[in-house]
Amino acid sequence: MVKLLFFAGIKERIGVEELYLETSNQTIAQLKNYLQVSYPNLQLDGVLVAINEEFALDDDMVQDNDTIAFIPPVSGG
Amino acid sequence: MMNFFEIIETPINIQSVIDKVIRRNAGAVTTFIGTVRELTEGKKTLYLTYEAYIPMAEKKLKQIAEEVKEKWGDVEIAITHRVGRLDISDVAVVIAVSTPHRKAAYEANEFAMERIKEIVPIWKKEHWETGEEWIGNQQGTKQYKSGKPDEEELHG
Repeated sequence: MVKLLFFAGIKERIGVEELYLETSNQTIAQLKNYLQVSYPNLQLDGVLVAINEEFALDDDMVQDNDTIAFIPPVSGG
Repeated sequence: MMNFFEIIETPINIQSVIDKVIRRNAGAVTTFIGTVRELTEGKKTLYLTYEAYIPMAEKKLKQIAEEVKEKWGDVEIAITHRVGRLDISDVAVVIAVSTPHRKAAYEANEFAMERIKEIVPIWKKEHWETGEEWIGNQQGTKQYKSGKPDEEELHG
């Protein structure tokens, strides 16, 4: 099982802060695709993904028990 | 233990951030104070809401400190960012940098702020009389050359 975390505009679109998914051995790209299909209104362009609090790339693999955060363009400061 | 990199929900005590970097070998301390601006491109902001992925944001602030120390050497740096609702003129972020000489303190402080805007998972939402919007995917904010940060930009 993996934990998905959503922030800012993505959180508002999906309607929850976190989701749990029975999945592993998927790439980040596959996971993004899954979300896009489940939530067609979701804007994932420019959205980065972090695995266990470190930025990941589209072809990185998701492992069981990972925390996957979807990070829209940041605007701190 | 003193935490040099914090995301907090309460007003920032500016002096306490500065005190973290005070040391005998410092001859200069620069402090950047980011405050909530009322007008952005002529539009009147009522207030802002900041949100953060707190554990990762604190980790990325530490990464910025490591980058700063690598570039400028003898530097001490402390950063506190506030989240939640902030009104006009409230302090959103404080960066304090101390170095033996002033030039490095100015430069390192500016660098740290630029990096916050690139890699630290913090978001702000502008609230106007006519609506609200998460800032980040509109003009005037950070645009990455390739549409997303490259390895160098993310990992330093």
